[in-house]
Amino acid sequence: MSGDPIYTEMIIEYSRNPSNYGKLEDAHIHRHDSNPLCGDSIDLYLNIDGDKISDIKFDGKGCAICMACSSVLTEMIKGKTLDEVKKFTKDELLSELGLEHLIKTSPVRIKCALLSLKTLKFGIYSYFVDKLKDSESAGNLNEEAANLY
Amino acid sequence: MQSTADAFEDLRKDFPVLNRRVRDNKKLVYFDNAATTQKPNQVIDAISDFYQNHNSNIHRAVHALAEESTEAFENTRDMVAKFLNIEDSREIIFVRGTTEGINLVAYAWGRDNVKEGDIIVTTEYEHHSNIVPWQLLTQEKKAQLKYIDIDDNGELMLDQLDDYLSTGKVKLVTFSHMSNVLGTISPVEKIISKCKNAGVKVLIDAAQSVPHMKVNLNEIGCDFFVFSGHKMLGPTGVGVLWAKKEILEKMSPFLGGGDMIREVHKYETTWNDLPYKFEAGTPNIADVIGFAKAIEYLEKIGMDNIRNHELELTKYALNEMKKVPGITLYGTKEPEKRGGVISFNFNDVHPHDVGTIIDKEGVAIRSGHHCAQVLMEKLNVAATNRASFYIYNTKEEIDVLISSLQHVAKVFKL
Repeated sequence: MSGDPIYTEMIIEYSRNPSNYGKLEDAHIHRHDSNPLCGDSIDLYLNIDGDKISDIKFDGKGCAICMACSSVLTEMIKGKTLDEVKKFTKDELLSELGLEHLIKTSPVRIKCALLSLKTLKFGIYSYFVDKLKDSESAGNLNEEAANLY
Repeated sequence: MQSTADAFEDLRKDFPVLNRRVRDNKKLVYFDNAATTQKPNQVIDAISDFYQNHNSNIHRAVHALAEESTEAFENTRDMVAKFLNIEDSREIIFVRGTTEGINLVAYAWGRDNVKEGDIIVTTEYEHHSNIVPWQLLTQEKKAQLKYIDIDDNGELMLDQLDDYLSTGKVKLVTFSHMSNVLGTISPVEKIISKCKNAGVKVLIDAAQSVPHMKVNLNEIGCDFFVFSGHKMLGPTGVGVLWAKKEILEKMSPFLGGGDMIREVHKYETTWNDLPYKFEAGTPNIADVIGFAKAIEYLEKIGMDNIRNHELELTKYALNEMKKVPGITLYGTKEPEKRGGVISFNFNDVHPHDVGTIIDKEGVAIRSGHHCAQVLMEKLNVAATNRASFYIYNTKEEIDVLISSLQHVAKVFKL
């Protein structure tokens, strides 16, 4: 049973010691989301400086896949511009942890892997609409987030 | 003469799906019976036979097929009544499942009998189907919903029931006969005697008990009793609500439509007799007829034998599981006080990860909140793993579960 395609050392390590775990008080963007079927539940906090993500944290409860993907997502997103975040794809996130195969092999567990990305996309969308009053730039973010899995 | 364990093992040949190989050609070990059970050929064949040879709507037409279908359908009602030791089969109402049965009571009885300030009492270990309908009702009526909490052993704290009853405002006490998460068997006699003394109605959610133990409704003394066929070898989409005739007769209808009426005029309608008053529309005829075969199958084995078989499996599993590193078992340690349902967690490992890892070994358990989020809050967990047993499970299968759990402990370095 060696070489488990999901439970790699990296995923287990991230699930035990998630990065960027915690809250940001008075964050510019705060978004909560959950997967009703499995109970994964996270809160994502972002601060924006100009057009850059200056800080990002998350907290919540979830399985190893959810915690590892949330950790890696926050690492990848920190310092990126809003425009880059808009274009950021699920493939980029999944390949970082070698989880691309979940899209085909596990329609259930893919939800765990992509919850944080869905939360991020919805959060950025709200920021465009509510704070920047720029629903045009929000483009298809809302639709993308809603159809992520 | 076969030993009892062999006799149970022999049943497996009746369940085609148990021959399945899953994932990497692993033998299926099906331990998700609290969610739904597998179906024997006898049930599957009865459904095919109905559609191939008898298919017709029931209760109306006078042609041959209609008469055969009606007879088979009504015959199931009589069998259910006999199975539960009910004298009058008109008290047996077919519904889609436990959820619909409870909603029927909340709607048709609750709306006429619960007023502002009244109290409905439920428990902390209920399935959402025995919480949400009462939230809807109490919110609509400005009534109150109260909970009997559970203690550290997973048992109900009945002192709280006394407190609620002493207010004189309780209209209904509704609880599950057996918890679908902890397996705890509720102290039915004690609860009912307290409620009877206070003149309060009682509903029992028997979804997890009727499939696994002998139930004599004539002796229990509750007012409403609800369960699902698919958790006892029957097809999905068939459930039963039983209530005393005097109560059912006074109740308003649930769904309006065909079959539940006596006479319909432009602006008023009179209701059909029991049980039809509560069975609007074409029912799930084929599956009700299939359900008869499930009852027949269980009666042939004997409900007491089934209980004993599951008790043996549960004792064995509890004993072996507690040896796995990092495992926490929930619920009472006394096997006699519980059914064949075992919920557990591993230290910090999320149940979904456990479920995925042991699924690769062909072991099907449930990971999640089991539609019991109130209980999850109480246990202070997001979710649990749950293994649940039935007549066709064996000790060898429990060994496969144990070795797959040991693998989980290894992967997560517990």
